[in-house]
Amino acid sequence: MNYLHSIGLYFLMIREMFRKPTKWSVMKHLILKDIDDLIIGSLGIVAFIAFFVGGVVTIQTALNISNPLIPKYLVGFATRQSIILEFAPTFISIIMAGKVGSFITSSIGTMRVTEQIDALEVMGINGLNYLVFPKVIALMLYPFAIAIAMFLGIIGGMAACVYGGFTSLEDYITGVQMDFNPFHITYAFIKTYVFAFLLATIPSFHGYYMKGGALEVGKASTTAFVWTSVMIILLNYILTQMLLS
Amino acid sequence: MIEVKDLYKSFGEADILKGISTSFEKGKTNLIIGQSGSGKTVFLKCLLGLFSHERGSISYDGKIYSQLTENQKRDLRAEIGMVFQGSALFDSMTIVENVMFPLRMFTNMSKSEMKDRADLVLKRVNLADAHLKMPSEASGGMQKRAAIARAIVNNPKYLFCDEPNSGLDPNTAIIIDNLIQEITDEYNIVTVINSHDMNSVMEIGEKILFLKDGLKAWEGSKDTIFKTDNKVVTDFVYSSNLFKKVRKMYLEENQ
Repeated sequence: MNYLHSIGLYFLMIREMFRKPTKWSVMKHLILKDIDDLIIGSLGIVAFIAFFVGGVVTIQTALNISNPLIPKYLVGFATRQSIILEFAPTFISIIMAGKVGSFITSSIGTMRVTEQIDALEVMGINGLNYLVFPKVIALMLYPFAIAIAMFLGIIGGMAACVYGGFTSLEDYITGVQMDFNPFHITYAFIKTYVFAFLLATIPSFHGYYMKGGALEVGKASTTAFVWTSVMIILLNYILTQMLLS
Repeated sequence: MIEVKDLYKSFGEADILKGISTSFEKGKTNLIIGQSGSGKTVFLKCLLGLFSHERGSISYDGKIYSQLTENQKRDLRAEIGMVFQGSALFDSMTIVENVMFPLRMFTNMSKSEMKDRADLVLKRVNLADAHLKMPSEASGGMQKRAAIARAIVNNPKYLFCDEPNSGLDPNTAIIIDNLIQEITDEYNIVTVINSHDMNSVMEIGEKILFLKDGLKAWEGSKDTIFKTDNKVVTDFVYSSNLFKKVRKMYLEENQ
């Protein structure tokens, strides 16, 4: 019953988020600030993780290909497929649920605890439009971060492959270019947009409707991370089934 | 003027407000007092429209709040200034940005006009030098004064204060009380203060509403509160020996 109530409240929050819009002159600053906090501020960690995990994916693939009949360029092919289809859109999103999600929940939750959201409401400002809507718009640039993760993942794989002596640079590049299906990029970005919406709204929901004090802000951040991750994994399965099978 | 008629509010099975009727006049500091759990905060939040009530009515200068459209409610809220217990200044903004915030949201003033207006009210609350401080860098008293400046910057008709003295030393508390009273007189606004502080009651209580268990137990002023023989009120207000002595002396002097 509690879950049903929360799901209903979540959808009501999304509807309410679009009502009573904040003045554009104020909103544009909020959007730019959220782009800086949520996207630009995450590029460093996204790049670091993508580069090294790309390298690890390549090493693992290369080490597991022991059959001499399997061509060496398959390492590049497997790395590209893993990174574009799953690692960049899905696993980076789960990492972002921890980084960006807990930031959103704790910042909005702290505003709730310290009555800053009440102050907005007393002034007649739609708190959901003021706080959540700019985050949704800012995270529409999230595919940009994922594109960087894809690129750096493949570059990281290339560096690990070549400097680790697993295959030649030519074989790796041949593998990366082999049987390329542009729809896989479309599929990855469709997923990314869906995950971006979840990343903006689920942590906001847990922050906005939290009750209690500082301890509850911490609990809300953890709950937001768990539910954002669960929803990303679930929708990843549903979207993959719908778009690729 | 704010008029409240027969206000009821409950949460689930618990009845919090049980038919409160009162009025708060313009140019007066109106205090709501009562023990913890008496319904003061719920009453204040009903007045602010943060909680909806089940029965009764609240009218602002004749406009019944529950009958207003969403846009009318929004316009009315732009005429309300609120000082929260914890100040509720926006963490991410400097003090001057906090004060300019209602102007940015509700007026079409240019940046320099907003800055001038913010300077004026910050000067009025003796915070002329604290413009660029972040709320976390300001003392409790400065935060309260900044919150008052933000509440009055847009020339509100109604000013609400929730425990404006909580957490302040007695000296700063008196400064804040006097500031609220001066602003009430100067701007001729309806001021409603939710307070636990008996010093405030005696200092600025031009009208006092005493709540107990969600009911209006007593209504009067700082002058009549000395003379009342309402046991519920005297037990609460004169619970300390100091206030008992003050009351005794007042009654002896005025006999």
